[in-house]
Amino acid sequence: MAYDPGSDVIEVIRHPGKGPAISTLRVFGETLRGMKTTLARVAEGPLTIQYPEEKTPVYPRFRGRHKLHKFEDSGLEKCVGCSLCAAACPADCIRVVAAENTPDNRVSAGERYAAVYEINLSRCIFCGYCEVACPFDAITMGHDYELSDYTRSDLIFTKEMLLAEPLERTPLRTEGE
Amino acid sequence: MRLDIAAVNYFEPWWIQIVKALLIFLVIFGVLPMLTVYERKLLGRFQHRYGPNRVGPFGLLQPMAEIVKFALKEPFRPTTSMGFLFRAAPALSILTAVGALALIPWGGVTNIFGTNVGLYGIDVSVGPLYVFALGGISFYGILLGGWASGSKYSFLGGMRAAAQLISYEVSQGLALVGVLISAQTLSLVGIVNAQRGMWYFIPQLVGFLIFMVASFAETNRAPFDLVEADAELVGGYFTEYGGTGFVAYLFAEYVNMIVVSGMATTIFLGGWLMPFGIHPPTWVDPFVVLAKMMIFMTLFIWIRATLPRLRYDQLMSFGWKILLPLATLNLLVTAIIVVH
Repeated sequence: MAYDPGSDVIEVIRHPGKGPAISTLRVFGETLRGMKTTLARVAEGPLTIQYPEEKTPVYPRFRGRHKLHKFEDSGLEKCVGCSLCAAACPADCIRVVAAENTPDNRVSAGERYAAVYEINLSRCIFCGYCEVACPFDAITMGHDYELSDYTRSDLIFTKEMLLAEPLERTPLRTEGE
Repeated sequence: MRLDIAAVNYFEPWWIQIVKALLIFLVIFGVLPMLTVYERKLLGRFQHRYGPNRVGPFGLLQPMAEIVKFALKEPFRPTTSMGFLFRAAPALSILTAVGALALIPWGGVTNIFGTNVGLYGIDVSVGPLYVFALGGISFYGILLGGWASGSKYSFLGGMRAAAQLISYEVSQGLALVGVLISAQTLSLVGIVNAQRGMWYFIPQLVGFLIFMVASFAETNRAPFDLVEADAELVGGYFTEYGGTGFVAYLFAEYVNMIVVSGMATTIFLGGWLMPFGIHPPTWVDPFVVLAKMMIFMTLFIWIRATLPRLRYDQLMSFGWKILLPLATLNLLVTAIIVVH
């Protein structure tokens, strides 16, 4: 039995109105209406953000490049080299080698300090688990997202680079924005 | 004025003819790159964007960068293409487009340093026919380009071009006839002079609208850009072209836009005449024409930003069932009014 298309057949609309003359008039009117719509877009002006010169502000909770912190009063590092961040990291991009603090070489507030603290940012997925895992708030996620570089090895950030006050390259959203 | 058919009304020395030809060519080819930037910037504005704004001040040097890029491209062609035709087609396209430029009158006859000079390339007594003849040849540029490429997309584009351009040229021509019988002349300079009382777009409003719609189709501009149809046919007839061949087609399209704008200005918008009885000095005339042409250019771009591409059957039924009867009716009514 032949397939009966029934209600599957969609009626093909050949004119936008009743008969060619009325259609033409209607098309003309609709064209003018469309032109008005596009002209209104010109009046609104461009919405483009000219990126390298202008930047979209990030939210305060934005997870960008990591920062390591020091105590403001004593200047000692907050990180005690416990490696919890490295254990929490799903991308396995943090490497911590701890060493003992001695009285004449006191680096951190705890017993031990991170002699080596490296984050391989080419592997980091910016999940923020390191920040959550850290018991001393020594590592936090910053706001910098402009991280491209020419070689992979340049993306391995050392402790000095993470401790350094980062260039504020990224504008922050103000309250209520 | 001599009245024999196809007479070329010139009275200048031969060297003025050469200077005029060079001047028109150079000015138009100086304006063309600016026009591409103008189109892209304006299209950007219509879409909440800036358009090109990186190369040079306000992106004005963008065409320079692009011309260098296109000129440095390797000229290659598909193995299935026909070498001679593949190279000749873009040249044909741009030659016919530039040839039609000579007809646009930029002003009347003026006295420059004691010599009478007509501010136009040539004043032919069959002006619009000359333009249509060159337009007819320019189909071959597109048709041969599409066919000689030896690619199915190019071929489809060429086929569409043949059908579309021929269909709409009929309506475009008929829309002009109303003006021609009102002006009683075929010389474009004569048509402008006949509009001293009233510009023809007021009494010939229907003819003007038909002419504009058909012109959009003739120049392959949106919404009649089925010939390129980048969504379906990659690039239509110029799919296989890169580098200089592509630039030739691109420039031919823009020159065609200029020619059509010039024709519409001359025939319907009073050429170099100013409204409200203003009579500026003669040197202003070319700028008046240029300003009126810019209005049409802006309209071309505005329409491109507004309307989506027509379906092929819509294009054909619109051209043959609506535009052509309307143009014929317009011609008949005008003829009856003029005779009475």
